[in-house]
Amino acid sequence: MAVFILRRLMQAVLVVLAMASLVFFGVYLVGDPVWMFVSPDMNQADIAAVTASLGLDRPIWEQFGRFLWSAAQGDLGRSFVFGEPALGLILSRMPATLELATAALVMAILIGIPLGLYAGLNPDRLGSRSIMAGSIVGFSLPNFWVGIMLIMVFAVMLGWLPSTGRGETATWFGITSSLFTLDGLSHMVLPAFNLALTKLALVIRLTRAGTMEAIHQDYIKFARAKGLSHRRIVFVHLLKNIMIPIVTVIGLEFGTLVAFAVVTETVFAWPGMGKLLIEAIQRLDRPVIVAYLVLIVLLFVVINLIVDICYSLLDPRVRLGEASR
Amino acid sequence: MIRYRMRHCQRPALVALTAIATLGLAATAAAETLTIGLAAEATSMDPHFHNLTPNNQIAQHIFDNLINQDEAQRLVPALATEWEPIDDLTWEFKLREGVTFHDGTPFSADDIVCTFERAPNVPNSPSGYGTYIKGKTVEKIDDYTIHIKTETPYPLMATDVSTIPIISAAHCDATTEDYNSGAATFGTGPYKFVQFTPGDRIVLQRNDDYWGDLPEFEDVVFRPITSDPSRVAALLAGDVDMINIVPTADLETLEARDDVALHTGISNRVIYMHIDHWREQSPHITAKDGSAIDNPLRDQRVRLAISKAIDREAIRDRVMEGQSIPAGQLLPEGFFGVSPDLEAEPYDPDGAKALLAEAGYPDGFRMVAHGPNDRYTNDARILEAIAQMLTRVGIETSIDTMTNSVFFSRASSGADGQPEFSFILVGWGAGSGEASSPLRSLLATHDPDAGMGASNRGRYSNPEVDALLLEALGTVDDARRDELLAEATEIAIGDLGIIPIHYQVNTWATRAGLAYVPRTDEWTLAMTVTGE
Repeated sequence: MAVFILRRLMQAVLVVLAMASLVFFGVYLVGDPVWMFVSPDMNQADIAAVTASLGLDRPIWEQFGRFLWSAAQGDLGRSFVFGEPALGLILSRMPATLELATAALVMAILIGIPLGLYAGLNPDRLGSRSIMAGSIVGFSLPNFWVGIMLIMVFAVMLGWLPSTGRGETATWFGITSSLFTLDGLSHMVLPAFNLALTKLALVIRLTRAGTMEAIHQDYIKFARAKGLSHRRIVFVHLLKNIMIPIVTVIGLEFGTLVAFAVVTETVFAWPGMGKLLIEAIQRLDRPVIVAYLVLIVLLFVVINLIVDICYSLLDPRVRLGEASR
Repeated sequence: MIRYRMRHCQRPALVALTAIATLGLAATAAAETLTIGLAAEATSMDPHFHNLTPNNQIAQHIFDNLINQDEAQRLVPALATEWEPIDDLTWEFKLREGVTFHDGTPFSADDIVCTFERAPNVPNSPSGYGTYIKGKTVEKIDDYTIHIKTETPYPLMATDVSTIPIISAAHCDATTEDYNSGAATFGTGPYKFVQFTPGDRIVLQRNDDYWGDLPEFEDVVFRPITSDPSRVAALLAGDVDMINIVPTADLETLEARDDVALHTGISNRVIYMHIDHWREQSPHITAKDGSAIDNPLRDQRVRLAISKAIDREAIRDRVMEGQSIPAGQLLPEGFFGVSPDLEAEPYDPDGAKALLAEAGYPDGFRMVAHGPNDRYTNDARILEAIAQMLTRVGIETSIDTMTNSVFFSRASSGADGQPEFSFILVGWGAGSGEASSPLRSLLATHDPDAGMGASNRGRYSNPEVDALLLEALGTVDDARRDELLAEATEIAIGDLGIIPIHYQVNTWATRAGLAYVPRTDEWTLAMTVTGE
């Protein structure tokens, strides 16, 4: 186990390094960030002074070398736009994104698994067919459009929920989150649902497929013959056996929920790190872009690791050492 | 919480149960909190960190300048009550007495000295105030009199000074972090700092000891809502009371509603075409068969033909939904230094064809026009329309638009550090509110050593214009300077150094019952929002 984890972490360092250099040079190719910051009234000497103060007058190799040197010491640079350390900036926005992603994931699981089970157990009923048709809609509608529609219907027309923004926060066991207040929750419903929508469709489909396959297996028949109740068969024997693909997918999807909630955060003016990223890209705020992606790579590595460990817990036949080859 | 109650009030039927208890409170509270949805977010509460509209407009609430700019960018007394040049190199400012900062310390000349020291030297600042401060020396005469000296006669003193927020000498050493946290955010302005949560909100509270007129709203919340449809929806849902930069596509819908009021005003921003004046052969221009030709844009007749071929009224009506005013120069009328004689070039496609034939291009030529697609209102669509209009008179124009981070880098220093494009759509907002700003940056000969023509991406150069501009920049007498700037503008526009398209018109939307005074500098200020 320890060797496995160590090997994974070494791989992660290589991936982070490759990622950082790709992004660093990629952003350099896009354009000179100085033009995004300087005020129009500045003359050439002022612009040159800003360029120099941000270190952008140096050759790109030197800039990269300096970046690597300070990154090795844990400093990912200061945001050009905010003047603050990029990593701190991202971490300060992280709680908002994490709570949104968690709420979305919980929604997807709590709604998706029961619906998927129902559809898998009763594939021919009208209800099941509607669920499956609905899940196609969930997959295929653009997130941006759905978000706007949710706002129009539930905030503008019906007036039930707030349209945008994060609600009040409260602190509980040292965690500050808007999940702990009524106002916060009401602000959370629409963006979390919007973010959950595609994952919800995914969970429904996975659960249904797994159910339909497992229901004909011998162990289910045996359980029936043994006289176990329907409820016990479905919720203990069947559910446990179809969980492996669902856990894998949910694990990986949680990563994408956190990393790329950009669209939902933009539509709902959610002060998370996705919005920070998109604005950094628009303004060529290189330190923030690089730091963000480095952080995301690490996040995915950790999630993959946790998923692998979960496997071995769910299914004793899985050996971690072999999984990594 | 107050804002939330207001939402309830508007729909008592839906939430009758919860609202009944709070209705009494809401009726009084609703008048006092103003929530504003902004299209762009301030990056810092440090007034000297980044000289950029989203930051400046927030700073203006908390801090005063020596001189403020009113809604039409005219200079009005603020912390200075009087100012005048006492000799060619010295300006005297009389300071307002009896003003205190939000932390209770009294305002005096020491604060000005400190501000002029700190403003150009903020660490990590991506664009600070050095431009307005360099070459000026502040001298304290007594507690309420200062002299600002320059090395050469400097008529724009009052304009420059009107851009710099004054901080308290007690917090002269404060860092940007101290301002963001509120530890040092004490100004003399009409609002006090309460809270800054990046990405989420800025909360301000009225300064009841303000020296000027008290604003109507006691509490103000600014929320960044960058997505256009979401910002409009937030207003319609009653989550915000006011939004800026209303997308032109939504104007018609909003106008038809009686729970929304629109407030429209012209801006100081001109949208114009910049033209390759200096290359013998321009990289994005060829003959119609694709063969290389000499740069036709160096011929004044060709430039005039292009100007005549553009139907500015059609652009206003069909692309801008009425939100523009056809432009004939650098700033709309009413601003300092504009010429009374310049009108927008009338649409004349036949005249354009005749001019092209006269210049030796009876069959026209082929050209690629470049522009940003996310910087100015409807920028890419304006460029599309212009390309079609030019193609109609024989200049076969295709367009290439790109995101502004790519565009400005390439347009300013793309190939070998020189502007890369032949024919571009750009805009210029005159922050100083007078004509020397665009003349100096866009039309003066590009000269890094002299600091002239910094944004002259067409490299237009006319010694006559340069001479008039230099004379104007050294003329303290307002009337004479006004004439000189107008004359320089007339010559440069006569040469078609740039081709003006239109002045942008900006719209703010509020819930019905609120009034706002639109500003030419596009700032959104809570001070000038009033109930009816």
